[in-house]
Amino acid sequence: MVEHDDMREPLGQDGIAPGASPDDVAAGPSSDPAKADTISSVVSPHPYAAEMRRRRLAAEAQGRARRETLLYLDGVTKSFDGFKAINNLSLVIERGEMRAIIGPNGAGKTTMMDIITGKTRPDRGAVYFNGAVDLTKHDEAAIASMGIGRKFQKPTVFESHTVEDNIRLSLAGPRSVVEALVHRKSTAERERIAEILATIRLTDKRRTFAANLSHGQKQWLEIGMLLAQDPELLLVDEPVAGMTDAETVETARLLREIAATRSVVVVEHDMSFVRELSVKVTCLHEGSVLSEGTLEAVSNDPKVIEVYLGR
Amino acid sequence: MIIARFLGPRVWILVGLILAAAVLVPLANLALPPGHPLHMPSYLVPLFGKYVTYALLALALDLVWGYVGILSLGHGAFFALGGYAMGMYLMRQIGSRGVYGNPILPDFMVFLNWKALPWYWSGFDAFWFAALMVMLVPGLLAFVFGFFAFRSRVTGVYLSIITQAMTYALLLAFFRNDMGFGGNNGLTDFKDILGFPIQAAATRAGLFSASCIALAIGVLLVGWITRSKLGKLMIAVRDAESRTRFIGWRPEDVKLFAFTVSAVMAGIAGALYVPQVGIINPSEFAPVNSIEVVVWAAVGGRGTLIGPILGALLVNYGKTVFTAIAPDSWLFVLGGLFVFVTLVLPRGIVGTIDHGWDAWRARRRSAAKEKGESGDGDGSILPHPAE
Ligand SMILES: Nc1ncnc2c1ncn2[C@@H]1O[C@H](COP(=O)(O)OP(=O)(O)OP(=O)(O)O)[C@@H](O)[C@H]1O
Ligand SMILES: [Mg+2]
Repeated sequence: MVEHDDMREPLGQDGIAPGASPDDVAAGPSSDPAKADTISSVVSPHPYAAEMRRRRLAAEAQGRARRETLLYLDGVTKSFDGFKAINNLSLVIERGEMRAIIGPNGAGKTTMMDIITGKTRPDRGAVYFNGAVDLTKHDEAAIASMGIGRKFQKPTVFESHTVEDNIRLSLAGPRSVVEALVHRKSTAERERIAEILATIRLTDKRRTFAANLSHGQKQWLEIGMLLAQDPELLLVDEPVAGMTDAETVETARLLREIAATRSVVVVEHDMSFVRELSVKVTCLHEGSVLSEGTLEAVSNDPKVIEVYLGR
Repeated sequence: MIIARFLGPRVWILVGLILAAAVLVPLANLALPPGHPLHMPSYLVPLFGKYVTYALLALALDLVWGYVGILSLGHGAFFALGGYAMGMYLMRQIGSRGVYGNPILPDFMVFLNWKALPWYWSGFDAFWFAALMVMLVPGLLAFVFGFFAFRSRVTGVYLSIITQAMTYALLLAFFRNDMGFGGNNGLTDFKDILGFPIQAAATRAGLFSASCIALAIGVLLVGWITRSKLGKLMIAVRDAESRTRFIGWRPEDVKLFAFTVSAVMAGIAGALYVPQVGIINPSEFAPVNSIEVVVWAAVGGRGTLIGPILGALLVNYGKTVFTAIAPDSWLFVLGGLFVFVTLVLPRGIVGTIDHGWDAWRARRRSAAKEKGESGDGDGSILPHPAE
């Protein structure tokens, strides 16, 4: 957490309160041009110079908004054969934030994760990580190495490997073929694996083949594999689908534990689970943000009730 | 000892058996008199030697198919290219003993009225150069082919089809006389290898031993690769390629490595095959040859290291026996065998035994647990990837 605070410090000096809500920050890119104009007309008499200054200020504001956030999506659009799966989507995740994303089937939640993780290229729009990194210019492996971990909607683990080996393959470290060939197991590695297994409650399953795990345990193992990468941001797609109630509660606890040190984005349909997380909620619909705020506010939003909850 | 533990007992037993064959077969052929009950007749030595090179080819395929999940239907091409490189060396060794007596040009070039050796034939009079090419040519082809195929994320049946197309294209190319590789007839009438007469019993025994040693080295190499972290990564790529991507690996690199190493192994197998059968011609590029290799590996059990070797030996022994009885029906038998293995023994022979053994141990362990004895882990049966 300390490092997150460090990074937030200079933002206050830049004129935005450290506690500014992501909404305020998100307003950055499309900040009011009229306001910028009044400032510029005082300083600079020439209309051309004023225009240049206005553009610079807008760019700066946008740049600042990007820099202050961990994940920054602006005006992202992606269509499949003319169908807009993502439509002018703007979304900002702060450092250390946990965000729940809800929305009806086909709202574009998974597609959004595809875009962030480099699986899908957006047609338009900006996707920035850590302020400076344009994610649309990198592939999956590079983005994963930068610190974005992703859990798939369908649990995906290496079935013919043991739980331990699943984690070992995911541990942060070099990703070259030659290193893998001559790699030696180390004590540090073993300790880290033990630590992760304890976190995901699979310590006594370490030598079990992943194929023999229950559905819920596979979901946890996959979350453990994300943790092993030591990511800054975890994208978790429907972690409790198909889980028992007890497992769901346990998963909520696990994710909150993880969110203490990292940013987490959770896509989930299970409203009781989202309530359990008690974090800011974004509701997607037809590829863009329909509503955003506390769970209370979002679930009382008439638009949300109409398209999602009221069914 | 660390290395011994590292590779596991199975690999060492296998290597021991192969090396024992490398010694015992030549002994039984050369040291025992023809009347002796354990005498090995001379005609069997190159036949068995051929089987051993096939086993090496099957092992090479297992590295890519069994461990990385790339079903290559073009491995016969790498085998044949290695064979041609060796064949070119053997042609140059003929010297002026050819039918036309030309000291430089092989007979087929004299026949085509060629005046000089094409540039790509130069150097092949030196064994070291030919040996280098045996590895380099298949390796380079696999690298370039794999670089483009894997980077464009061609997978599954599409990849299989383009590997098949690759070997077919080479088949057509090598059929052409103006390619300079003897066209339809290929390269044959070899006389010497490293100065030894190629037909002599001792030379053939030596070639057999060399094939066994190459196979043993292949087993050690594949054993080492597959038991390393890279080997685990290969299996991970086979089972859940996209998962490996999203934890930061580049599966295309893993595939390219395995494919290239495998092609080099196949090339070496081909180079050892040619002096033992005495000919290399374009039919070695025939698509059906590559498919046969897949059948060997499937019968023995892919991804088991030992299985493809066993499969290659069994199926080829069967082929030898069967083609003697009913020469025309081999392809039907081969097809039937593939269908049978796919339906009844999807894990292959060794895979089925392994699975049965693991299941038995798991049952015993859980029984021991119920009795209150200590047992580690639970139900550890390795699932089959096809399930
Ligand atoms: N590769 C693709 N090609 C064509 N259409 C696609 C592709 N990926 C997604 N879509 C479409 O985009 C829309 C959004 O899909 P997406 O999977 O993102 O929805 P989702 O919000 O994750 O839904 P769910 O809650 O069912 O998981 C769907 O209509 C889907 O059919
Ligand atoms: Mg989805």
